[in-house]
Amino acid sequence: MTDATATHGPDGLLLAADGTPLKTKLRESMRASRMRAFGLVLPLLLFVMASFIIPIMMLLWTGVYNATYAVNMPASAPLMQAWDGSSEPTEAMAEAMVADLIAARKAKTIGKVASRVNRELSGTRSLFTKTARRAAKMEAPFMATLVDRDKDWADVETWRAIKTAATSLTPAYYAAAVDAKYTATGDFEMQGEERQIHLKLFWKTIWVSGAVMFACLFLGYPVAYLLAHLPAKRANLLMILVLLPFWTSLLVRTTAWIAMLQSQGVLNDIFVWIGITGDDQRFSLIYNMTGTLIAMTHILLPFMILPIYSVMRAIPPSHVRAAKSLGATNSTAFWRVYFPATIPGIGAGGLLVFILSIGYYITPALVGGQDGQLISNFIAYHMQKSLNWSLAAALGGILLAIVLILYWLYDRIVGIDNMKLG
Amino acid sequence: MAETGTERPFVHFDGVQKSYDGETLVVKNLNLEIAPGEFVTMLGPSGSGKTTCLMMLAGFEAATHGEIFLKGQPINNVPPHKRNIGMVFQNYALFPHMTVAENLAFPLQVRKMRRRDVKEKVARALGMVQMDEFGNRKPAQLSGGQQQRVALARALVFEPELVLMDEPLGALDKQLREHMQYEIKHIHEQLGVTVVYVTHDQSEALTMSDRIAVFDDGVIQQLAPPSILYEQPDNAFVAQFIGENNRLPGKVTAIENGVARVALDQGGEVCALAINCGDVGGRTVLSIRPERVQVNSASLQNRLDGNVLELIYLGDHIRCRMQVAGRDDFIVKVPNSPEHAMLREGETCTVGWNTEDCRALDLAAHAM
Ligand SMILES: Nc1ncnc2c1ncn2[C@@H]1O[C@H](COP(=O)(O)OP(=O)(O)OP(=O)(O)O)[C@@H](O)[C@H]1O
Ligand SMILES: [Mg+2]
Repeated sequence: MTDATATHGPDGLLLAADGTPLKTKLRESMRASRMRAFGLVLPLLLFVMASFIIPIMMLLWTGVYNATYAVNMPASAPLMQAWDGSSEPTEAMAEAMVADLIAARKAKTIGKVASRVNRELSGTRSLFTKTARRAAKMEAPFMATLVDRDKDWADVETWRAIKTAATSLTPAYYAAAVDAKYTATGDFEMQGEERQIHLKLFWKTIWVSGAVMFACLFLGYPVAYLLAHLPAKRANLLMILVLLPFWTSLLVRTTAWIAMLQSQGVLNDIFVWIGITGDDQRFSLIYNMTGTLIAMTHILLPFMILPIYSVMRAIPPSHVRAAKSLGATNSTAFWRVYFPATIPGIGAGGLLVFILSIGYYITPALVGGQDGQLISNFIAYHMQKSLNWSLAAALGGILLAIVLILYWLYDRIVGIDNMKLG
Repeated sequence: MAETGTERPFVHFDGVQKSYDGETLVVKNLNLEIAPGEFVTMLGPSGSGKTTCLMMLAGFEAATHGEIFLKGQPINNVPPHKRNIGMVFQNYALFPHMTVAENLAFPLQVRKMRRRDVKEKVARALGMVQMDEFGNRKPAQLSGGQQQRVALARALVFEPELVLMDEPLGALDKQLREHMQYEIKHIHEQLGVTVVYVTHDQSEALTMSDRIAVFDDGVIQQLAPPSILYEQPDNAFVAQFIGENNRLPGKVTAIENGVARVALDQGGEVCALAINCGDVGGRTVLSIRPERVQVNSASLQNRLDGNVLELIYLGDHIRCRMQVAGRDDFIVKVPNSPEHAMLREGETCTVGWNTEDCRALDLAAHAM
């Protein structure tokens, strides 16, 4: 007596009609559809890999790996890496150094190397370029000749700086990004209070992002409410107004801000006219922190309004009605029934605005002046002006970590499934 | 319950009109008195203004004209939260972020009741709808029927004297709906609250109500207990809307002692109670319930020839579609008992009825 459709094999597995185990059969039949699904996403996957994931990985790698010295000074680099950083520099190190300096000068890479070492100890740039110019004529004993040339070569600090630069894989940039110094002996030292620029900038960026987020929430929530409860026709008009900042070009928008906010601008004229302030003490609303806050709130407002709006649209009107019929006043009904239902939208909007503003660059650069600059402006500075890509990468890596931590915190506290983006 | 007619009405709609757009009246001149403890159902097709009436009573819509009284007090200017009216919504409107117990506690908390009393009342209300074990669940973790019970308990937990229900069973399947109908009915009897219930399911209305207000086009077509509504409909709309109904169009030729002689369009003349048929010479529609039609019975005053078109065996009775007076949608329910003749398809026979079972009504809702 055997079942016609499913029998059991010797190992107790269910068998299909042709005798193969049912699980194998199922997997085979699934494979085709899985391949098709994979084929459908493949172009996007390749695009994302090539344009997003790989560059980010490379950037993060740049933050811990800088081979400028090791590549251009091949003879001395291994000796420097092997040196313990505290004993007396040896003659072999000096000899390799001189050979490298000759080669680097010939290859015209000495400038790069000098800058790289100079970042570890200022003043070494000229030491390198000057010494390299004379290196071709140097003879043994090299250490003595070097010291003879410039007595800085006798200083063990110089050699330590070279050792740090010679180590390609290094936490030095991440240390620098949080205002610490990674020494040749492998220790970290915090910079003095007055030299801590990065930490202050990180705090300022987080503070500004939080302020922008709350400003967007307070300004956006009532607008979202209005949008969700107005008749469709007027809601559409209002929606267009909300989206208008998205549709105007950056230059037009910036010009408009300048026209509005500058000290001879529309807002200040109004303030003077209604007597809030005197003509000689107009507010400075642009090219400072205030400018950054106003402009970022303006541009990020839609990111707060839209998720809240879409959540509000989905709240059945009967919920508030039910609350009122149960005896709740308007405000109780709002705070105990309506508001909790909008929290997923607030969470999504808040997270979106916060994460966007933490990496915001253009707006602070245009209207932030000196003290309205955020961490991303500093990253851009290191990428474009000082050409210290590794430091820029380290700063960027920390920014990424902050965002991921926030995301994780949000998931722990509110729950990502609770988030509604539309 | 319904016999408390001598008392002051508990709810009183006095000439109430409602228009949303200022152009059409959704509710036209509504006059309705509901006695304390009564179960009144508003029944009518979609868009007839039932929900609108309920919303005006609950305070979510303002009456355009007229006044609504609750216990003799005009309530047009009383905000919804001060009306103390329990309400069950069609989609239950349970608060999704609160547990079942918190949902039930809500109306008590906003009334600033002491915590101990709240707990006790919530427990009692949950017991009443047999949901004791579900207090800690969120509404999303309940089935439709369970959510419905919670909504019911929440509308009752603060002991309102009036409870409104807007198609509370509309989303449930047939069996559960019937079960819940009895449960609501029992709770109503047990607590003695006044209930205004909205549905467009006529069997639900017939099962539960003390009185039914049949709505159409913003007007109450008839307000009566279920049996009267079924057996003595005032007009063609009610006759057609409640239960099954055979309609025969014709012309009134004479009226005598409340009995009209009607000449049918396809020939033949029959007698019917003159209910709503206008004067002699006017057009009318006769209305006869299928179970009041008798086949091949010689003793009846009104008889017509019929031709059997279709027979459907339904166990306790046989449903027979016939051609009578030129119409082939004439239904007769023949009881499945030995003294009744067995019919066959294609057979010709006579159908007849007593004059008191046939009502001559207006033409208005006669669609054919
Ligand atoms: N808020 C509103 N604004 C404008 N018109 C409305 C509004 N609510 C209802 N109406 C209109 O009023 C009429 C009656 O609606 P109502 O909701 O009272 O019907 P109903 O009898 O409850 O119908 P249903 O059985 O489908 O629930 C309908 O024509 C409807 O289109
Ligand atoms: Mg309705």
